[in-house]
Amino acid sequence: MRPLITAIGLLLAWEALTWATGVPGYILPPPSRVAVVMVERFDLLIEQAAWTAAEMILGLVLGLILGAALAVVFAASAGWRRWALPLVIVSQAIPVIAIAPLLVLWLGYGMASKVAMAALVIFFPVVSALYDGLRRTEQGWLDLAHTMDAGPGAVLLQIRLPAALPAFASGARIAAAVAPIGAVIGEWVGASAGLGFLMTQSLARGQTPLAFAALVLLCLLGLALYQATDWAARRLVPWQLPQGE
Amino acid sequence: MRRARIAFGDRVVAHDLTLEFPAGRTTCVLGRSGVGKTSLLRWLAGLLPDTERAEPVAYMAQRDLLLPWLSILDNVLLGYRLRADQAALKTAEPRARSLLAEVGLDDRRADRPEALSAGMRQRAALARTLCEDRSVVLMDEPFGHLDAVTRFELQDLAARLLANRTVVLVTHDPLEALRLGHQVRVLAGTPFVVGPPIEPPGSVPRDPSDPALLGLQGRLIAQLRSAPESPS
Repeated sequence: MRPLITAIGLLLAWEALTWATGVPGYILPPPSRVAVVMVERFDLLIEQAAWTAAEMILGLVLGLILGAALAVVFAASAGWRRWALPLVIVSQAIPVIAIAPLLVLWLGYGMASKVAMAALVIFFPVVSALYDGLRRTEQGWLDLAHTMDAGPGAVLLQIRLPAALPAFASGARIAAAVAPIGAVIGEWVGASAGLGFLMTQSLARGQTPLAFAALVLLCLLGLALYQATDWAARRLVPWQLPQGE
Repeated sequence: MRRARIAFGDRVVAHDLTLEFPAGRTTCVLGRSGVGKTSLLRWLAGLLPDTERAEPVAYMAQRDLLLPWLSILDNVLLGYRLRADQAALKTAEPRARSLLAEVGLDDRRADRPEALSAGMRQRAALARTLCEDRSVVLMDEPFGHLDAVTRFELQDLAARLLANRTVVLVTHDPLEALRLGHQVRVLAGTPFVVGPPIEPPGSVPRDPSDPALLGLQGRLIAQLRSAPESPS
């Protein structure tokens, strides 16, 4: 309830500010104007939002799968870890925004470059969270499995991996929070559809209220994506890991 | 085991150790904290680096080590699940169920461990250990952090279920050693030396109010306190 009151208060203050200062609508439109545009251009906005949502979700799924697969490979094989882990870390040192034009050049103005972009942004938190989880398996469980003559594959699949799921879940939550960044940067650099594309287009044409409307939808999309991931993570990991002693 | 040497880096815990554990009996290894009881047990379990264990063992630690994502029944069957032998898993399941019934968890087998009390969890761990059906059972302070009454009840249960198995149980509690051990060995010194076998009278689990047992307990405590520092 309190966040809602705060939000309404801020919106009223913003509205009052635009009326009091008489700032032109193309610089800072009042919230009421943004709301009107949202209703008037509803079809366009939903169409673009659906496009961006598809990019985010595909990017998130792709990044989660790739990140999880790589973390498991790193945990299972020291050789792969030694060769590939430095590369993964170096890849994160390159600012994403610097690779965006290259991805658009290689993958085109369509959805593929944005999906790749989002996957690239979220892949690292997933790898590092899951790999960390796989390395920190409770020693007692590993000892127990050893006395039971379990092979390394069975230990990985039946003990280390489930034990690392809480870590994976927190990696996935971070991934869901940053996935919109990847998709939107991709759209800014070069796109033919999406909310980020709509923002750049409408700002260039002085249709600032429309850009704000797109921003509001982007915000809602990000929140929905995070909530959905959080819900899925809770379903995936219903147990509590024992506290370290 | 003969001529064993247990060391961590330069710190030698025991060397030239020859110990015999009578088959089908429970041997309780008694010692103060830090003397190397757990190392001895881990050595026997093949859990120390560069060691091979002599025989297949079932291992029970102080903590229950139940996997939080598996049901109690699946936890009891963990060894069979990990060895991925479907036929053995099938034949072991009825035994797992009857073991759970024996430890009084018949109606909790579908529950996750977090729904159980500490005593129940330790009973489930006992069922898992027995379900392994190995020739030697190793137990490291298995009832160490349970309250006194629960510990007492679990000792009775364990003594009944472990009858005729070869058991090595390490503990720092003289009374526990005297209640459960057909034979008690005292560990003392750095590196540790093992005292001669003590065989208390009567059958296990022994009655803790037996004056003979209390007298022995006093002597064991004195022995633990006055343990000479052995030359290294």
